[in-house]
Amino acid sequence: MFSRDGVTGITVHRTPARTFAALFHMETPTRTKTVEERRNVVILFAGDSGDGIQLTGTQFTDTNALFGNDVSTFPNFPAEIRAPQGTLAGVSGYQLHFGSTEIFTPGDLCDVLVVMNAAALKANLGKLKKGGIIIANSDGFDAKNLRLAGYIDQQDPLTDGTLANYTVHAVDVTKMTRNALAETTLGMKEKDRCKNMFVLGFINWMFSRSLENSERFLQEKFSKKPELLDANRRALLAGFNYGDTSEIFTTRFDVRPAPLPKGTYRSITGNQGIALGLVAAAQKAGLDMFYGSYPITPASDILHELARHKNFGVKTFQAEDEIAAICSAIGASYGGALGVTASSGPGIALKGEAMGLAFMLEIPLVIVNVQRGGPSTGLPTKTEQADLWQAIHGRNGEAPIPVLAASSPTDCFEMAFEAVRIAVEHMTPVILLSDGYIANGAEPWRFPQASELHAITPPFATPRTNDEQEKFLPYKRDGKGVRPWAVPGMKGLQHRIGGIEKEDGTGNISYDPLNHEKMVRLRAEKVRKVVEGVPPLDLSNGVESGDLLILGWGSTYGAIKTAVNELCAEGQCVGHVHLRYLFPFRKELGELISRFKRVLIPEMNSGQLRQLIRAEFLVDAKGLNKIQGMPFTAAEIKAAALEHLKQ
Amino acid sequence: MTTATEVINGSSAPAKLDYASDQEVRWCPGCGDYSILKQVETVLKEKGLPKEDIVFISGIGCSSRFPYYLDTFGMHSIHGRAPAIVSGLRAVRPDLSVWMITGDGDSLSIGGNHLIHLLRRNVDVNVLLFNNEIYGLTKGQYSPTSPEGAVTKSTPMGSVDHPFNPLALCKGADATFLARAMDRDPKQLREVLLRADAHRGTSLVEIYQNCNVFNDGAFEVFTEKASKPFHTLFVEQGKPLVFASGTKGIKLDGMTPVIVDLADGTTSLNDLWVHDERDAFKASILVRLFEDPRHEGAMPRPFGVFYVADRRTVESRIIEQVELATTRKGAGDLDALLRGERTWTIG
Repeated sequence: MFSRDGVTGITVHRTPARTFAALFHMETPTRTKTVEERRNVVILFAGDSGDGIQLTGTQFTDTNALFGNDVSTFPNFPAEIRAPQGTLAGVSGYQLHFGSTEIFTPGDLCDVLVVMNAAALKANLGKLKKGGIIIANSDGFDAKNLRLAGYIDQQDPLTDGTLANYTVHAVDVTKMTRNALAETTLGMKEKDRCKNMFVLGFINWMFSRSLENSERFLQEKFSKKPELLDANRRALLAGFNYGDTSEIFTTRFDVRPAPLPKGTYRSITGNQGIALGLVAAAQKAGLDMFYGSYPITPASDILHELARHKNFGVKTFQAEDEIAAICSAIGASYGGALGVTASSGPGIALKGEAMGLAFMLEIPLVIVNVQRGGPSTGLPTKTEQADLWQAIHGRNGEAPIPVLAASSPTDCFEMAFEAVRIAVEHMTPVILLSDGYIANGAEPWRFPQASELHAITPPFATPRTNDEQEKFLPYKRDGKGVRPWAVPGMKGLQHRIGGIEKEDGTGNISYDPLNHEKMVRLRAEKVRKVVEGVPPLDLSNGVESGDLLILGWGSTYGAIKTAVNELCAEGQCVGHVHLRYLFPFRKELGELISRFKRVLIPEMNSGQLRQLIRAEFLVDAKGLNKIQGMPFTAAEIKAAALEHLKQ
Repeated sequence: MTTATEVINGSSAPAKLDYASDQEVRWCPGCGDYSILKQVETVLKEKGLPKEDIVFISGIGCSSRFPYYLDTFGMHSIHGRAPAIVSGLRAVRPDLSVWMITGDGDSLSIGGNHLIHLLRRNVDVNVLLFNNEIYGLTKGQYSPTSPEGAVTKSTPMGSVDHPFNPLALCKGADATFLARAMDRDPKQLREVLLRADAHRGTSLVEIYQNCNVFNDGAFEVFTEKASKPFHTLFVEQGKPLVFASGTKGIKLDGMTPVIVDLADGTTSLNDLWVHDERDAFKASILVRLFEDPRHEGAMPRPFGVFYVADRRTVESRIIEQVELATTRKGAGDLDALLRGERTWTIG
C-alpha cells in the first residue's frame, strides 16, 4: 500500500519542482539500452494482501491503456483483508495482459512475474511461462518469509538454482525504497508502504512507459498530503531510475498500441459497467433509480459506485439484510421508480421469496447476481458460474424470470441496460448474472454517447380524468402480455395487488382452479415473449456450421473466443456462440446447434447450462467443467476442443 | 357474511363508506379487525385525502388482508417484509400517505428485524400492529406476544418462550411515536389513529385485537366493563395518571411507579406522575407497565399516546442528499458519466 495519512509535524525536503517535472515527463531513457518489441505481455504482480499490489496493477493497466494497448486484467485476492503476512493464504495477485493486438482474456501464463515475497513466488510460479522473467523483492526472501512460505529448510529459491529455467532479477525493493526516502522524515512503516511505487516505477521503465499517468494519479490522490505525495513520487522515480541506471537490466520491452477500432476509450470493470448501465437505462427510461442492497463480496462495488451518482436521481439504500434490500427495491418500483438490488449467491438465496412477489406483482425489478464460488459462503473472492440453476429455478411455484448474463466487463454495461429495458417494458423482475472474474477485471471500453442509447418506454397506465370512465383493470394485458404500470397518485387507478393468486384482469384474490392455471400460463407466456425482438445470436466468431460448436455463457467469453480464433487459424472447423439470454432460450438456438456435429459447453460449474441445453434441445452436448474458483485459460478450452474434434 | 358495519353498529343496513373497496370483507364474524377497519375508514374520511394518494402495505396474516378492503392503493406483500417495502416506497414517494398493517407474528417474529430498522430510520408511515397474541391464519399457534404457559396447538404443554413487550421493544429501537389502543374502544382508537397520522415519522400503534376463534378473551380484562377501570390507564398529555374511576393514581417514587389511593386523602392529584409524551425517560417506564393483570396488585396497562419525538425521517435525508449532490455537481450529465475521469482516443 502506498503511504497513507496519519503523519503530522513532518518537515518535507522538497526536490526543486523543475527537476521533477523534467524527469517525470521524459519519454526516452537517459542511457542507451536494447528495446525489444513484443506483441503482447502478461504480467502478474503478487505480494501480501497489504502490499498495494492491486494499486500497482491498476496503475500500470491505466498507463498501458492510455498508451493505446488493448488490456485485460484479473485481480485475484484472498477473502481476508489482511491475511497473515508472508503466508500463501495472504497472497494477492493482479494479472494484466496488454498487447498491440486485440485481447480477450487476462492471459493464460505470464511472461513476467513480480513477487514481493517468497509466498507470492511459491503461489504463482506455476503461472509463469518457461523462460519467463521473475522480478523478486529480495527483502521478502529472508529466513522468516521463506519459512512462512513453506520453503524446506528455508532454502532460498532465488539463489539455490531451482529457478534456472527462468530469468531472475532479485531487487532489494525495501532497501532501495528506504534509501530513496532517506531525506524524508516519514517513519519506517510509511516508507515501506511506498515500495509498490518503486515497483511501479521500475515496471514503467521496463516496458518503456512514461511516468506521466502515475504521476498524475499521485497528484490527485495526495493533493492534500504533500509529504506523502513527495514520498510516493520519490519512490516511483527511484524505481524508474533504478531500471535506467542499473547495469543488471540491459533490455527494455515495448508493446506498441493496438489497432483497436477508432474512437474514445476509457477503462471499465464489470461492476462499474453494471452501475453505469443501470444509471444510463434509468435515465433513458425517465425513471429515478432506487438501489437497495446489503454489502457482499464481490457485488459491493456496485453500491459504492452508485452512491457516488446521486445527482442522477440515484437513491442508494444499505438495507438491514438481503431480504430488506430486495423488498425496498420492490417498494420503490411500486412507487414508480426503477428498483434494483444486487448481491452474490448467498444473498440471492435470501431474496428468493421476494423475487416471487415481484413476479406476481408484475412490476419492474432488476436483480444482479455477481456470482462467487459456492455453495454457502463458499469462496467469497473467487469466481464461479454455479448460480445459473438458482437464477432460473430458485423460487417456489412456477415463477419464470428472464435471466441474462454478461460476458465481459464492457458487456456488463450493455446487459445491465438491457436488463432494465426488459424489466420496465415487460413489467417483470429480471436477473442479471455477472461473476467475480469480470466484476473486478477491467478492459478498455469505447463508451457510447448518451444519444446513441435507445429510449426505454415504461408502460404507465393513464390516470382517469372523470368518474364515468371504466373501472381500472390492473391485470389487463397488452399484445406482449404486459400489464399497465399504475403508480400510487394516479387518479382513479386505485387497486390492490399482492403475492396471493389473483383473478385475471381485476387482480382481485382468486382461488378458482381454472383461473390459477390461466394466470400461471399468462405469466409464463409474457416472459417467453421477452426474447422476441432481441438482437440475433452472434455467430461472428468461428464458422457458422461445422465440426464443433463451443457454446458458452458469461465470463468464459474471452477464453473461448481466443481458443476459437486459434483453432480456426489452424484450420479447424469450430464455431462459437455465446449466450447472453439464458432464460428463456431463443428458438433459433436449437436450429443453430443442429448445424454442428458436436457441442462443447465450457462452464465454471458441473454442467448447469449443459443440462438445460440437453433438456430443451435434446442434443448430446458435452461439458468442459472447471470448478476451481479460477477462470478458464484459452489453452484449456483449446485442448478440450481438440480432444472432442478427434472423436 | 357479516359486514364490518353490521358487527360494529349491530345494524343490518350498512352505510356505504367512501373509502371501502368493492371486496367482501372476509374476516371471521366477530373478529376485532372489523372495528379497526371501521376506525381507519373514519380517520381517512375525516382527513379526506384523495384515495389515489393513500397506500396501505401489509405483510401476511389475518390483519394483512386489510388493504383489500379499502379503495386506495394497496399491496398485500410477503410475511414480515412490509417495513422494507414501505422504506423503499417512501424513499421515492414522500408525497403519499402510507399506512402499514401488520400483526404480532408478521412484525415481531418473522419481520422483527425489519421493524426495528424501520423505527430507527424513522420512515414516515403509520404502523398499525394488530396484536392478538396468537397465529390466527395458520389456525392457532402461539405468537411472540403469547404469554408464557399459553396452551396452543403448537404448545400443548404451554409456551416456554418469554413474550415480547412490543412497545418496550419499539422504544428500544428508538421509535418516535408510540401508542397503544384496543379494538373494543373505538373512540380512543380513533383518537390515537389521528395522532399517529399527524406524526411525521414512524408512528407505531399497538392495537389489542381479539381473535374470537383462537384466542378469545385474551384482552377481556382490559376491555370488559367491569374490569376495565381497574386494569387500564388512559394517559393524556399534561394530565396526572389516574385510573379506577378516579380513585387510584400512579406516582413516581424515584424511578419506580407506585399505585396510590386517591380516595383515602393521603395523596393528592398534585403528587401524581403527570404524563408528558415528550419525556423519553418517562416513556421508557410507561412502556414497562406490562405486568400480568392476573397478579395481585398489578399495575394497570396503559393506553394512549406514550411518546412523541421529533426526528427527521430517513427519506427526507435521502432526498436531501440527492438534492445536495445535484446542487454541488449539477444535474447528472450522462455523457460525462459514461466518459469517466480518464479517456484516450485511438485513430
